Amino acid sequence: MRIQLIGVNHKSAPIEVRERLAIPESRLPDTCRDLTAYPGIEEGMVISTCNRVEIVTHTANGHADLRGFLHEHFHLKPEELDAHLYEFREKDAVRHLFRVASSLDSMVVGEAQILGQVKEAYATARAVGAARGQLDQLFSRAFAVAKRVRSETAVGSSSVSIASVAVELAKKIFGTLQGKTVFIVGAGKMSELAARHLMAHGCASIFIANRTYERAIGLAQKFDGQAIKFEDLYNTCDRADIVITSTGAPHAIFRREHGEQFLARRKNRPMFFIDIAVPRDVSQDMAKLDGIFAYDIDDLQQAVSSHVADRRKEAERAEAIIAGEVERFEARLHTLDVVPTIVSLQDHLETIRQAEIDRVRGRLGQLSPEQEIAVEALTRGIINKVMHTPITTLKSAAKDSEATTIVDVVRRLFNLQVKGKEPQQDAAKKDEIGVRR
Amino acid sequence: MSLLWLRFALACYFIGLVYAFVALTRTSDLFSRIALHAASLGMVFHFVSLTELFLSGQVVWASVHNGESLLAFLSMTFFMIIYTIYQTTSPGVVVFPVVFFLTFVAAVDEQPVLLTQFVSHKGWLIAHIILIFTGYAALVLSFGASLLYLLQERRLKSKKPTSLISFLPALEVIDQIGYRSLLLGFPFMTLGLITGSIVAVTTYGHVDFLDPKILLSLLMWAVYMLMVFTRWNSGWRGRRAAFLATFAFVAALAAWAANYFSAIHRFAAS
Repeated sequence: MRIQLIGVNHKSAPIEVRERLAIPESRLPDTCRDLTAYPGIEEGMVISTCNRVEIVTHTANGHADLRGFLHEHFHLKPEELDAHLYEFREKDAVRHLFRVASSLDSMVVGEAQILGQVKEAYATARAVGAARGQLDQLFSRAFAVAKRVRSETAVGSSSVSIASVAVELAKKIFGTLQGKTVFIVGAGKMSELAARHLMAHGCASIFIANRTYERAIGLAQKFDGQAIKFEDLYNTCDRADIVITSTGAPHAIFRREHGEQFLARRKNRPMFFIDIAVPRDVSQDMAKLDGIFAYDIDDLQQAVSSHVADRRKEAERAEAIIAGEVERFEARLHTLDVVPTIVSLQDHLETIRQAEIDRVRGRLGQLSPEQEIAVEALTRGIINKVMHTPITTLKSAAKDSEATTIVDVVRRLFNLQVKGKEPQQDAAKKDEIGVRR
Repeated sequence: MSLLWLRFALACYFIGLVYAFVALTRTSDLFSRIALHAASLGMVFHFVSLTELFLSGQVVWASVHNGESLLAFLSMTFFMIIYTIYQTTSPGVVVFPVVFFLTFVAAVDEQPVLLTQFVSHKGWLIAHIILIFTGYAALVLSFGASLLYLLQERRLKSKKPTSLISFLPALEVIDQIGYRSLLLGFPFMTLGLITGSIVAVTTYGHVDFLDPKILLSLLMWAVYMLMVFTRWNSGWRGRRAAFLATFAFVAALAAWAANYFSAIHRFAAS
C-alpha cells in the first residue's frame, strides 16, 4: 500500500488559503490528469469543497513529491502554503480518508453533505481513469465505512447550534412548522439567526417588535414580515406560535397574566417562547402555564450541550469503527501485495516439476496409468511440502510491516518475475490459494 | 374455529403488548416496525375470526366476548388509520395493551355468556352494537392520546429532552389524533345510544332511566359531550383534557360493568 494524501481543511488553513487552492468542478478532470502525469504518481484524485482541498494518491514508491505538485499546480510559494498543509501516508492516509468520508473531520461533525462530495470527486477521477486499482478499492471501502458509521452510530442525527435546537424543539411541539407564525421581540443578531432558521423550516409569517420602531421596520423588510409597535406587543403576540424574545429589559416583560391572556385568545393552542434575553423576558410563573413552553438561554444551551455530549460519544464509537476498518483494509491490501509473489512462486516450482518429469521420462520407460498417477502425486507432494512454509510465512508477513522485505527476499531467492496484475484477478487467485492450502 | 383465529390474533397482539412496554423506555425503529407488522397480521386473523362468527348466522354478536373481540378489532382499525395518516405507532403504547386485554378475555372462553335472546329487532341490535363499539374504540384512542399528550408535555416542560420516550410524536400531532378520534367517536356513540333506546323500547315498551346501565351510559355520553364541547369552545388540552378523558374512560368501563347489574341490558346467566 503506497497511499499518500495531502491537503488543507478548515482547521489547518484560513479561508484565504483554501480559496486559492479551491478547484472549480469544471477543472477537476484536468487536475486529476495533471496529477497522474506527475512523477511518482500512479493514481490520483482531488476532493475540493468549501472546507477542504485534498489530494489522494497511489504512488510508485510511497514518496511522491505532492507538495511540489501543489506548488506547481497552484503557482504558490512553499512559504505561502506549507505551514497549512497536512500530509498522511499509508495507514494514516487511509484513516484520514475514512474520517473525512464519515464526516468526522467536518466542521459540523456528522453533516451528510461531505460523503456526496467525496463520491462526486471519486466519480470524476474514475471517469478520467485517474482512479483505478488501489484508489478504487480504497474509496469503495471508504464509502462502505461511511455508511457503517452512519447506520451504526447516531453521529449524524442531532444538530448542534442554538438556532437549530430551537427549530428542533419547535418541531417537537408543533410537528411541522409549515404555516406557523414567528414573533421577534427585540431585534438582535441571535434572534435574527433563530428566526432565519425557523423561516427556512417553513414558518409562514413573521412579526417584529422593537423598542426602536425603525429597527423593527428594517428587520421586517429583511424577512418580508410585519413591524409591530412595542406598545401593541400584548395585543398581537397571541397570533404567533413561536416567540423569540431578546430585549434588554431589566424585568420580565411576559408575565403570567399575559400568558393567560394569550392562551385564552388562542383557545389554548400551545405557544413556544425562545427567551434569549439575560435577564430573562419570560417570568417563571408564566413558563409554568399549561400550553406555554418557555426555553431560556440556559435551557437551550443545555439542550445543545447534551447534543454535543451525545455526539462526542457517538463520534468516539465512530472512531472505533474506523480504527477497525483501517486495520482490515490494510491487512487486505497487504495480502493482495503478496498474492502475485505466491502465484509466481507456485508457477515457478510447477515449471521446474514439469521439466524434471519430462527429463527423466525417457529413463523411466513405459509407465502404467497407476504409476503415472503415483509419480504425479509424489512430485506434487514434494513441491507442496517445500512450498508450505514459505507461503505461510508470506501470508502472515502480509499483515506486518515487514511484508515488502520478505516478498523481496523470496523473489530474489527464486528469481521470480512478478507481472502487474489487476486486483480483481489477484483477489480471485487469492481465493484459489486459500482453497489449495 | 372462530376462536382459533382469535387466538392467532392474540399471539400477534402479544408482540404489540411487548412493544408497548419496551417503547416506554427506549426507542427502536425496528421493533416498532415488527410490532406494526404483527398487529396487521393479528388484524387479518381477527377479521377472519369475526367474519366466521358473522357467517355462522346467529346473532352471537351480543355476547360479552364477541363484543370485546369486536371492540378490540375496531380499536386496532382506528390505530391503523392513525398510523396511515400520521406515520406513528406511539398510540400503540395505550391501544395495544387495551386490545390485548380485550382479545385475551374474548379468546380464553369457549362458551361466552349470551345476552337476552328475546330482542325482536335484531337489525337495530346489530346497529346499536357496532355504533356503540366504534364510539368506545374512538374513546379508547382519545384517552390514549390524552395520556401521551400529558407525557410529551411534561417532557417538554422538564427541559431535559433526553432520548427517553422520544418515540412520541410532536405535541400538536398527538393533540390532533386525540381530537379527531373524539370528534369521530361522538356521533357513533350518540347514534349507538339512540339505537340502543330503540331496541329497549321495542323490546320492553319503555326505557327505564333508573337502570344502572342507562344511567351510566348517559353519564358517559355527558362526559363525552363535555369533552367535545370544552375542546371546541375553549381548546382544553393537556391536564384538564386528560382528566376529562380519564373520567370518560372510567365512565365507559363502569357502563360496561353495569351489564352485570342491569335488569334490561344484561348478559343473562347461562
